[in-house]
Amino acid sequence: MNWLHHLIILPILLPILTAAALIPIDERNRTLKGVIAFTSIVVVFIISVLLMQMAASSGEGETGASVYLLGNWPAPFGIVLVLDRLSALMLVLTGLLAMATQVFSMAKWHRAGYHFHSLFQLMLAGLNGAFLTGDLFNLFVFFEMMLAASYGLLLHGSGPMRVKAGLHYIAVNLATSSLFLIGVSLIYGATGTLNMADLAMRITTIGPESRMLMEAGAALLGIAFLVKAGMWPLGFWLPATYSAATPPVAAIFAILTKVGVYILLRLSMLLFGSDAGASLGFGQPVLLYGGLLTIGFGAIGVLASQAMGRLAGYCVLVSSGTLMAAIGLGNGAVIGGALFYLVSSTLTMCAFFLLIELVERARDAGADVLAVTMEAYGDVDENEAEKEGGVAVPGTMAVLGLCFCACAILLSGLPPLSGFLAKFAMLHGLFNPASFGGDAPVSGAEWAYTALLILSGLAAMIAMNRVGIRTFWTSIEGTIPRVFLIEITPVLLLLTACVFLSFQAGPVMRYMDATAKSLGEPQNYIGRVMSAPRAGPAAGE
Amino acid sequence: MELVLSAGIGVLTASGVWLLFRPRTYQVIIGLSLLSYAVNLFIFGMGRLRVNAPPVLEPGGVGGLLTHTDPIPQALVLTAIVIGFAMTALFLVVLLASRGFTGTDHVDGRE
Repeated sequence: MNWLHHLIILPILLPILTAAALIPIDERNRTLKGVIAFTSIVVVFIISVLLMQMAASSGEGETGASVYLLGNWPAPFGIVLVLDRLSALMLVLTGLLAMATQVFSMAKWHRAGYHFHSLFQLMLAGLNGAFLTGDLFNLFVFFEMMLAASYGLLLHGSGPMRVKAGLHYIAVNLATSSLFLIGVSLIYGATGTLNMADLAMRITTIGPESRMLMEAGAALLGIAFLVKAGMWPLGFWLPATYSAATPPVAAIFAILTKVGVYILLRLSMLLFGSDAGASLGFGQPVLLYGGLLTIGFGAIGVLASQAMGRLAGYCVLVSSGTLMAAIGLGNGAVIGGALFYLVSSTLTMCAFFLLIELVERARDAGADVLAVTMEAYGDVDENEAEKEGGVAVPGTMAVLGLCFCACAILLSGLPPLSGFLAKFAMLHGLFNPASFGGDAPVSGAEWAYTALLILSGLAAMIAMNRVGIRTFWTSIEGTIPRVFLIEITPVLLLLTACVFLSFQAGPVMRYMDATAKSLGEPQNYIGRVMSAPRAGPAAGE
Repeated sequence: MELVLSAGIGVLTASGVWLLFRPRTYQVIIGLSLLSYAVNLFIFGMGRLRVNAPPVLEPGGVGGLLTHTDPIPQALVLTAIVIGFAMTALFLVVLLASRGFTGTDHVDGRE
């Protein structure tokens, strides 16, 4: 127990404090607010990287889960934060996305409404909390925190379209939260605990009448996360919402679906993993077939959509469908590849959402929305906007075109970039389970998964080609958008991260495989949480 | 008492779900409120129903499920009420904004 251990709480605490500190600062000092928020994000990112090292280094062959006892109560009674490889990975990913979108928003979009930076920080706190917590009800609180901030962010910029999308989004999520609560309380009623590790231990011993209640609770909880992850038929709200949000908000929303996926992965491996007794593999078929249907639905949507925003929304669906089906396959080797895919696709999606606005800026429709937005708030005049944006990028169309190409390659999973490597890793795991000690023949569902994975890539490629040709080669307006350095840099940064993933695929993949392996052995995680030592002098005072 | 509570939860849920699927925003918000009441009662019920049992320990006293009721669901309900209330208030604002933008109270913004 050294000072490094206390870093675990900071990814939650620091954004909350920053959000609070930003509120009294006058809205006119937006740049100052943005800089403070950005500094906080960078600090949290550095902490996340340190935590990742901590999680990865503390013990070969162990989970390396570090447990932080909030309030210093021993594990099953107090609330715990648990840091292991998976949560550290998600923290780093969130940090990367947050940095990029924060910089992007400072060019222009944070002026479209009030308290953008505070809301953004609160959402990051909720996200980090959801990734770190080891307690189901605490998870609900962080989840609600993240959602509440996301409602505000979605409405950022106002306008009829966003308010309508926001209305639907909030209604869907409020109903979902009710399901979440019913699920959590059913689980509590059946097992008498909310601590995930304790729950995983008790699942093996509960009687059949409680087991039924517990499984019903877990199913309701699962539905809540599947709505968040956008599984067909629960995800119809997603493309409309994502395409209505302002670009930086849509970009950070790319990770919101992954929260659902993360929790599904965490709970299904922990509660219904290798030693769950009678509940072994509960819900896996639903995840598998639901995931497959989601990929199919998403791919059709990708082909059918005309606007780039909707196209990106359907790409998000394809991505989370792929991940859900990968979890549903219940194959440790596939999970490793799926984690790689999660990182790669989230980065790509974030870059793509940012890029869309830059590309569409030249087109009338996008300009109209922006003009209306600006007008609604009235305090931005044209000259100021141009002055504050900074340096315009030379050769705009060439840079945008290259970024678009990179996005297309990453989304469709073509070599040589990380999108291809991720899909390859998943398929490799699917057909070679021997490295994880299995020797089962490839089943029909696995063939379907393979086919859908490849076909969805094809659909993405066709759609991206069509949109790309229409935008870059046969553009009717012929006007070149004004793009500022501060706007294109985040996109380039995210795409560079994907290129880095491709070149460093070996070490990254080793990390992912170790993560998948530790997820497959939940007893380590449980042991660490239940035996976590209390801080300070021994109890007794 | 069990019958009254379960019937109450059932009626609230049924009305809430029915209202949730109605086309007017006001109906939706009332539906969501009813649903959240039902959920709060449900959480309460998951701590088992007890009458005249305190959830908090006396100073120096020893706790036990024979003399005390389970305090955790009560704490959960409290949190859920606060969060649910805040979300309903937010939804109300969005509802009014939608009404202002579109001139109609239909959830899709047009009749």
